[in-house]
Amino acid sequence: MKIHEYQAKAILARYGVTTPRGEVAFSKDEARAAAERLGAPVVVVKAQIHAGGRGKGGGVKLARSADEAADIAAGLLGRALVTPQTGPGGRIVRRLLVEEGLDIKRELYLGLLVDRAAGLPVLMASASGGMEIEEVAKENPGAVLREPIHPADGLLPYQARKIAVALGLTAEEMKYAVAFLQALYRAFLDTDASLIEINPCVLTGDGRLIALDAKMTFDDNALFRHMELRELRDFDEEDPLEVEASKFGINYIKLDGRVGCMVNGAGLAMATMDIIKLAGGAPANFLDVGGGASAEQVKNAFHILISDPSVRTVFINIFGGILRCDVLATGVVAAAKELQLKVPVVIRIEGTNVELGQKILRESGLDFAIANGMKDGAEKAVRLAGAP
Amino acid sequence: MSILIDERTRVIVQGFTGREGTFHAQQMIEYGTNVVGGVTPGKGGTRHLERPVFNTVSGAVSTTGADASVIFVPPPYAADAILEAADAGIALVVCITEGIPTLDIVRVVASVDKSKTRLIGPNCPGIISPGKCKIGIMPGRIHKQGHVGVVSRSGTLTYEAVDQLSRLGIGQSTCIGIGGDPIIGTSFLDVIRLFNEDRETHAIVVIGEIGGNEEERAAEFVRSRVKKPVIGFVAGQTAPPGRRMGHAGAIISGGQGTAKDKYTAMSAAGIRTVQSPAEIGATVAAVL
Repeated sequence: MKIHEYQAKAILARYGVTTPRGEVAFSKDEARAAAERLGAPVVVVKAQIHAGGRGKGGGVKLARSADEAADIAAGLLGRALVTPQTGPGGRIVRRLLVEEGLDIKRELYLGLLVDRAAGLPVLMASASGGMEIEEVAKENPGAVLREPIHPADGLLPYQARKIAVALGLTAEEMKYAVAFLQALYRAFLDTDASLIEINPCVLTGDGRLIALDAKMTFDDNALFRHMELRELRDFDEEDPLEVEASKFGINYIKLDGRVGCMVNGAGLAMATMDIIKLAGGAPANFLDVGGGASAEQVKNAFHILISDPSVRTVFINIFGGILRCDVLATGVVAAAKELQLKVPVVIRIEGTNVELGQKILRESGLDFAIANGMKDGAEKAVRLAGAP
Repeated sequence: MSILIDERTRVIVQGFTGREGTFHAQQMIEYGTNVVGGVTPGKGGTRHLERPVFNTVSGAVSTTGADASVIFVPPPYAADAILEAADAGIALVVCITEGIPTLDIVRVVASVDKSKTRLIGPNCPGIISPGKCKIGIMPGRIHKQGHVGVVSRSGTLTYEAVDQLSRLGIGQSTCIGIGGDPIIGTSFLDVIRLFNEDRETHAIVVIGEIGGNEEERAAEFVRSRVKKPVIGFVAGQTAPPGRRMGHAGAIISGGQGTAKDKYTAMSAAGIRTVQSPAEIGATVAAVL
């Protein structure tokens, strides 16, 4: 789960990570009031959307007065902000962060994530703040510092000092850095974060280390023990159909094609998208109804698929195994009738009682094409979906 | 002619009396797996599916001599269940549970790695040596005893591939789903190493997916150490970057973990790659 920058900064500040003074604003007037309260000679107005590259897209602006901050706010709020990460449509700006401007001496990069190869959390740092870490790694792999953290020990002071020294900090700055980095790791651990990025983390003229930007993403699997974090989910930042699907516990991702897919299991769902592509078509979505694929889930999945106007045909690919195909087929027929399905449906099912299941589908009086294997199913579905 | 498990393996089920545990324990027993009991804290001393229930794994081990465990415990308690099994000296722990917090598994894997226990999963279908022993949730009837080792990150996609093999008359020595999470106990490389050492495994099928670099590491091992034919498929050729495709681990991030990179690494290692998931079986048949 992603959250906004201002929310991430509030969480980090609770753990002792230094952040600029700032306030969230939902309107022009709130932005003006926030700028007045900050009383800084320069304030920064930052668009809050769940995508990076906001500066490049014109979503981060300096103001020298409260009135100017209000004007900038009026220009950003309610408009789509296009950044290199949003896609051409951009994202509507609904919230702003108004912050004090800082006297910046240096910009650094700090990141924390779970490294899959190491199987451990890793603290990453680079002296090239403001740049995407992937770019830094590509251009100069040696410039990315990596410090694996053993979960039983946490981030040890010497590890933080190693990073500070490698970043070229002074002895005085190093003291700040150790406390800063340890606070960052505590926040990571405590909130079950999957990623924290402070890019840039700035060194100010008066020798402080401050998180100028902050990105936090949380492990969805751990949200059950963080009720307070779940409150921070911003549904405006997500695809409405994906939100709807998530209410049913269905994994759904909207894509650009015309063949709607309903599959049980994530691996098979990806493979089904792939085989649609090989058959000359394009998948309209990724959809995993779950390994068990119950009749109720099939109905919910249908509901999601037919809400997508670009879907011209639905390809159901269920490898049931233990699941009984007659029960599944009965569920598919009932759901299709109840939802008054208008698009053709290609079904490939495997499992116990597969013949009986196919008979139920064939005799349902509905527009079902029975596929013999996933290749046949994909080809039939692509043909029915028409030219892309 | 199998790895890790055979007809002598003595299995206990953690989360034995729950809905999932009951259903799949029944299926395993019907398949012929030697399920010697189960663990449900608070229900020790009772019987379930004609087998004893224990409060603790160590209690189950001392009474039944179990050497393998399969876990159906819900996500908040699953990490504890794995550590309990390892502490009781269980040699093979198969964790089916999906949705365990990553940082829990980081701690678990760091701890289990120092023990004698091998963890398969979590978020996996389990392991089966056809005709001998099934520890997991895969449909037993699609499998056929034979000489091809199958290792995969997925559940139903593995069934698909196994079904293709069996229909072509190609049996399997052992099939292992290692799990779809970013951090897992047993890697592709670990399983390929075991298959490589197993005399009765004549070919290896690797079914990968986008995310991480497990497939690349496995390919490097195949290149330098494996003489047996290896067939590789990678799911997610059409997956968009930055999106988690159902499995917590299936995500292309920062341009890393694409299907293209994995296929390139596999091909460079001499692995016979398959582009279509419908042709995994036929490709194995052509190689054998």
